[in-house]
This record gives sequence, structure tokens and C-alpha cells, in this order.
Amino acid sequence: MITLTNIRKTYAARGGGDPVHALADIDLSIGRGEVFGIIGRSGAGKSTLLRTVNLLESPTAGSVKVDGVEMTALSAAELRKARHSIGMIFQHFNLLSSRTVFDNVALPLELAGMAKAEIGRTVEPLLDLVGLADKRDRYPAELSGGQKQRVGIARALASKPKVLLSDEATSALDPETTTQILHLLADINRRLGLTIVLITHEIAVIKEICHKVAVMENGRVIEQGPVFDIFAHPKHPTTRSFVDPVINRGIPDSLRDRLSHQPGPGSNPVLRITFTGAKATTPVISAISRRLDLDLNIWHGQIDEIQGAPFGTLVVEALGDPARVDAAIALVKENNLGVEVLGHALPANH
Amino acid sequence: MLSPQIIDLLIKGLLDTLHMVAVSGAIGTLIGLPIGVLLAVTGRGELLQNFAFNKAMGAVVNMTRSTPFIILVVAIIPFTRLIAGTSIGTNAAIVPLTVAAAPFIARVVENAVREVDRGLVEAAQAMGATPFQIIRKVLLPEALPGIVAGLTLSAVSLVGYSAMVGAVGGGGLGDLGIRYGYQRFLPDVMLAVVIVLIVLVQIVQSTGDLIARRVNKRNLKS
Repeated sequence: MITLTNIRKTYAARGGGDPVHALADIDLSIGRGEVFGIIGRSGAGKSTLLRTVNLLESPTAGSVKVDGVEMTALSAAELRKARHSIGMIFQHFNLLSSRTVFDNVALPLELAGMAKAEIGRTVEPLLDLVGLADKRDRYPAELSGGQKQRVGIARALASKPKVLLSDEATSALDPETTTQILHLLADINRRLGLTIVLITHEIAVIKEICHKVAVMENGRVIEQGPVFDIFAHPKHPTTRSFVDPVINRGIPDSLRDRLSHQPGPGSNPVLRITFTGAKATTPVISAISRRLDLDLNIWHGQIDEIQGAPFGTLVVEALGDPARVDAAIALVKENNLGVEVLGHALPANH
Repeated sequence: MLSPQIIDLLIKGLLDTLHMVAVSGAIGTLIGLPIGVLLAVTGRGELLQNFAFNKAMGAVVNMTRSTPFIILVVAIIPFTRLIAGTSIGTNAAIVPLTVAAAPFIARVVENAVREVDRGLVEAAQAMGATPFQIIRKVLLPEALPGIVAGLTLSAVSLVGYSAMVGAVGGGGLGDLGIRYGYQRFLPDVMLAVVIVLIVLVQIVQSTGDLIARRVNKRNLKS
């Protein structure tokens, strides 16, 4: 649906310094009907990247294809027409204070030259969809933040777009309202098959509704893939720093203190077993103790759900013959679960 | 008490003032409003960024605004004669008043339009709006409360300026005050002129405030 190839955006520095690379070497492919999240800290370039999709920011180099159309090759008039099929919602809603809810939603249709009667027929069902039919004649100043964003969403959907761009749409909202708005977006994605590209600095937003995610830093995409994979196996340190707080892959500090890289006298290996997807229910712990006669002392465990699939980690200390520990690792791998040796636990009275 | 003749003069003066302020304000708005919008949208980083136009137009506006009004009145007498056919009288006075009002209104409109949140322009661009549509459907309606407040300010200034056009036989309340109140030393006429002017300015300001409040939907109670 959306293909970004080799996108680069460079600003000439004021006063003749080195040019600023806002975006560099960006390749993204977003499928039809996907909810694609772009996460990064402020200044990472995610907002600029999102704006290259509808060419509010034109890239210095690279290709932007939306629904098969090369956006960078369009004339000004063609671009305006193409933008009718790309809706956009904003962190600060950007509603016209001088227009009622109805008239705000009607604006893109007025701009496209739709007849008044038809505008009414299009806007009313949208107000129902976002649950604001009773606020039809209210002004934005009379609405709560969540309601304003609902108006923003209805307005973005008015021209029946194929793509919805979301620029930190929930960042100005409280957690409860954020969840409601995200559910609305997920619902719209399912019901209308709308492709959604959203940027956020909150990993919870990605976890809640995205299918795929790209992590940005310093104008580059440092990691991208299905949300489940990125959460289960984050590779880049920045990705880990985003993911760790929500899925808690770490171990408690009190246990970390007992952990050493080298085996010591009387130490036991500590393993982290990762359960992903359907295998998260494999009874591997009891299989190990039964078949290998190895006691596993559970240090820490967590089962989470990402995009409807269970994801769990279990940190265990293996008590017993070191030779059997290798067999245990082999057995875990046989079951297609992830396993790594975190270190060696020194005896507690050490 | 004031004699009936003086009362007649006061009424005539008030009508002349209203006439001059209304006509110069209206023509000044017709000229100043588009110029103000153009100044706002051609600025750095704006919708139709155009440095050359912005600088040139800004210079013209500043030139007129930095000339003291009484000097402007005298300086443009040839232009006044060209437009009004005469350089004396109420109709002639409308010319310098308009010349002073238009750039003033242009600046207040420019400020009001600049106040409009940049995000609204971006949202409209994302919807595929043309620059003209953005001006008509977004910038002007959103700037309206500011524009109304600015026009009120301009009208009040024009009442003040209109008192000076007596210098070219412009008539109106200011002229009445100078000729009868000051030169003939009739303090009661002077007082009456001042009171009428105060009441007039109050009415203009209150009306302007009322309209500005009506069109402002930004601070509604829910």
C-alpha cells in the first residue's frame, strides 16, 4: 500500500554549517490493511517521516509510493487530489474553533466540492461511527480531548481515504482516553480495512494496536518487523529500552546481584527460557525435571500478550549436575523454545 | 445651555464624523484586508512564502504608517484632488483618512491571521486544500475574532484622525471643537464635542467587543 524507498531528507543548516540529516536511508513497506507503528524518541525524525507519506514534507531524495502512485512525481493539483485519499489526525487535533463538530467533519468534503445534501449524508454516519452524533452542533471548545480526537478521526475519514496517518494522536490524552481512541482506530482498521500509519513515543500504543513496527533513531530506521518479533527479540539497544519496560524481560535486582558471568565454586547456571506464540504453553519445565532429574528453581516469570499471542519468559536456576544442564538446554531447543544462559548463580550465602 | 444653532452644528458635526469614519473605514478595509492577508501568508515559512513581495509590501505599509497623519493630509493634497476632485471638504478628507486606515488595517489583519495555529493550515493542506481555500475556509474564519477586534481599534483611531482633517476643511466634530470651542473660546461647545466623542468611541468599542465575542468560539463553556 505504501512503499518508501531510500528516503533522505536534508536541511541546509542556517548560517552555513553542516547540513542536517533529518531522514537517511529509509526503506519501509506497509501492506494494505496493516496498522504500522513508527516509534522513536522526540527528534528521531518520525514526524518528518510520517509527513513524507502525504508529502507535507517532500524528501530530498527517494521514492514515496502510495497505492501504486509515485507521490513525488505529482503536480501540485494532482498531489492535492491524491491527498483526498490519505486522512491525517494530529496530536493537538487541529480542529477549526470557528466550526461546529458537523462543519469540521464536513470541511474536507467542502474542499473537494461536494454538494451540501451529499455532505450531510456522508457526515452523519461518521458522527455515529465515532459516537458523537449528539455533539453535532457543538464547538470544539465545548468538547473533551478524547471527543476532539474523535472529531479529528471522523474528519480524516470523511473523504473515504485508503490510508490514515496518525501523528501522536493519543499523546495529549489521558491513559483511559488513549485506550478508547486506540480501540476506535483498531475497530476502524478492521471494519473499513483502512491502512493506518501511526507515530508515537509510547510503546504501549504499539503493543496495543500495531501489527508491524519500525524503530527510529537519529533519522534512521534501526529495526523493523512484526510487533511480536520485535517485542520477543529486540536486537538494537534502543529497541530494548523501549520494549523492556512493558514486557519486563529483566530479572529482579536482588537476583541480579547473585549473578556472575563466570562459574564459581558451588555456582549453578541460570537460564532464560522464552516462550513465544502457541508454544507458550509447552510444559517444558516439568519435562526437564522428570526426564533429566534436574531441579529447576524458578527465579522470575512473566507471561504477556502481544497482538493476541502469548509471550512469556521464565528465568530458572538449574540445580544439579552441569552435564545435565547441557542436556536440558538441548531439550528446550528441541521444543523450539528460546533459551539462553544468563550467567551463573553464586550460592546465596556467598 | 447650548443654543439650538450649536446643537444643530453638533448634530451636523457628528454626522460628518460618522460619514468620514464609515466611508474611509469601509474602503480602508476593502484595501487593507487583502493586503493584510497577503502580508501574513507571504511571510517566512508561511503558505505562500514570497520574500520580495512581503518586503516590498511591508515597506509601503510602513511608509504610510510612519508619516504623522497631519503631514500625510497635507502631503497628499494633489492625490486627494485627483480622487475627490477637490482638496477641501468632508469628501476630500475621506481620501487621506482612507490612505491612513488601509495600512493600519492591513497590519492588524496580518497580526490576526498570523495568530491562527499553524497546525490548522497543515491539516487543511493534508486534506488537499488549495492556498485560496485555506485562506477562505481556514485562515479568515479562524482569524475573525482578531480581525473584528483590529477593525474596532482602527475605527476608534479613525475617529481620532477625523478630528485633524479640519485642517483641510474636513468638517466633523473635531473641526467644530477647534473652530468654535478653541478659536472662538466657547468652552461649553468644546465640552459638548468631547462628551459626544467619548460616547461615540464607547459605542464603537462596545459594539466591536460584542461582535468579537459573538464570533469567537474558542472559549465556550461546556
